[in-house]
Amino acid sequence: MSIFADYKNLWVFIETYKGKARSVGLELLNPGKELARQMGESMVAVILGDDNQENIAAAFAYGADEVISVEGPEFAHYNTEAYTYAMEKLVEKYKPSTMLIGATIYGRDFGPRLACRLKTGLTADCTALSIDEESGNMAWTRPAFGGNLMATILCPNTRPQIGTVRPGVFKKVEADSAHKGNVIKEAISVPQDIIKTRLVESIQEISGEIIKLEDAEIIVSGGRGLGRPENFSYVRELAEALGAAVGASRAAVDAGWIPHAHQVGQTGKTVGPKIYIACGISGAIQHLAGMGGSDCIVAINKDPEAPIFSVADYGIVGDLFEILPVMAAEIKKLKNA
Amino acid sequence: MNILVCVKQVPDTMEIKIDPVTNTLIRDGVPSIVNPFDSYALELAARIKDETGGKITVVCMGPKQAEAALKECLAVGGDKAYLVTDRAFGGSDTLATSYILSCTVQYLEELSGEKFDIIFCGKQAIDGDTGQVGSEMAEHIGLPQITCIQDIKVEGDKIVVRQEMDEGYNVLETKLPAVVSVTKTPYEPRYPTVKAKLAANRAQITHITTAELTNLTVERTGLKGSPTKVKKTFTPQRKGGGTIIQEDAPADSAVKLVALMSGAALI
Repeated sequence: MSIFADYKNLWVFIETYKGKARSVGLELLNPGKELARQMGESMVAVILGDDNQENIAAAFAYGADEVISVEGPEFAHYNTEAYTYAMEKLVEKYKPSTMLIGATIYGRDFGPRLACRLKTGLTADCTALSIDEESGNMAWTRPAFGGNLMATILCPNTRPQIGTVRPGVFKKVEADSAHKGNVIKEAISVPQDIIKTRLVESIQEISGEIIKLEDAEIIVSGGRGLGRPENFSYVRELAEALGAAVGASRAAVDAGWIPHAHQVGQTGKTVGPKIYIACGISGAIQHLAGMGGSDCIVAINKDPEAPIFSVADYGIVGDLFEILPVMAAEIKKLKNA
Repeated sequence: MNILVCVKQVPDTMEIKIDPVTNTLIRDGVPSIVNPFDSYALELAARIKDETGGKITVVCMGPKQAEAALKECLAVGGDKAYLVTDRAFGGSDTLATSYILSCTVQYLEELSGEKFDIIFCGKQAIDGDTGQVGSEMAEHIGLPQITCIQDIKVEGDKIVVRQEMDEGYNVLETKLPAVVSVTKTPYEPRYPTVKAKLAANRAQITHITTAELTNLTVERTGLKGSPTKVKKTFTPQRKGGGTIIQEDAPADSAVKLVALMSGAALI
């Protein structure tokens, strides 16, 4: 271990979107704290942004021991070049042993660029984190083959050891707004000529509807069995009653009934909510690959032979147009009771 | 446009089964396909070629049987195909793989005397699911990257792309040359014509090995050149035997389900 004596502390990268910390960074402060404690190190939240004040407070509230904050207009929106440049400078200066990054679209853009620049190992889309007892390295566990195989990966010979971690796997601790710590403010200005990509616009397509599938505790998904695009209202109504996100099968997306961001499965998202309710989805293996890791699976389908039933904890064989409204009503009754 | 598309041959996960005794993946006899995201990438590249003309080179790193994947690509838009293959490359993680591919890009550019304008990758392979090789390759070469794109437009010496986001999408632009990684696009990959398929089947696939890649340091490839090590693999526990509800009236089934879920403290 002594070759890494210079490297210490576990860093959690707090990703922001439109200036606000995304949930995943705050979630990672929870396992991060426990892992840092086991390593005898501190947990540091790293925030890049235009104005970090609120996000610094949030990082402390969710358990950071220390915060490194870099502010500047070039960090207002995620930019591969600017963020990699700044993080490389920070890593050179402070030498963290370990870094956790949320496995979002930005995180999975940033992680490999950074890891390659630092010539270190990166493990993608982890769903479990621990310390390898034999070696003291981080043990990064992740699904492959669409969740059919799990692999535990070590990065024994380089530092920092970096992983991206799937959103929604860990839960945030209860926020404690009284918790404070040391803030290190680093001034880093990015040379303009290294910035090659430019964000022209950022379009929020779906407003009001929760579509953060990876973050969702409950997902209600619709498939071909809905028959037509308007019938997604049945799925939305149940999702609303449950406070759930809306997902979809590839068939529904390919038919143009709902945008690809909702797609669960092999060429869509891989999700692992507490409850996954599949409505009118037959359960092709590509779909199962994306949701098989859910804690509780509920299937509603009129075909008793549909493969979705083979993975379901609860299944209803019947007409979803009759079943979903009654479920929504029953759930509302429960909530109001 | 001089375009490079990087593809991977992957097992068709639809056909993957788990050996119930050893609890490992059965890969023997599983058909191989071109990674679906790479097919979307090739389709975007082919659409650019349709519009502006140019040439599409396809590379694949893998064993000899991956020639089949390259032939499929030649049938749907690829003009030239290379298999990057060497025993030394076995066991490469993403950092080592992206290094090998970056050396391949340099080699091909020197060979033709022409730089690639756009390098396409799929956003991730469906076997490893890491999605790291594209960005790491861009970093090795020193090119800008834009990941997870759904669509692309060439405007003079720059590209304007649509990047998928959970909330909607971003429009980004960068000057060429650049590396892009492609998610599912609005365009279904085209089918080959019979004629194109026959021609592709007859095509000779050129191999690129350590002998050609004189710019490559072998120690940076394979297991030795890989900072990440697989400690173990295991198959996740599968559950079985759920509760099936089928009352005479669908509404009764619904009421029963909610009661069961509520009883199990799920909701």
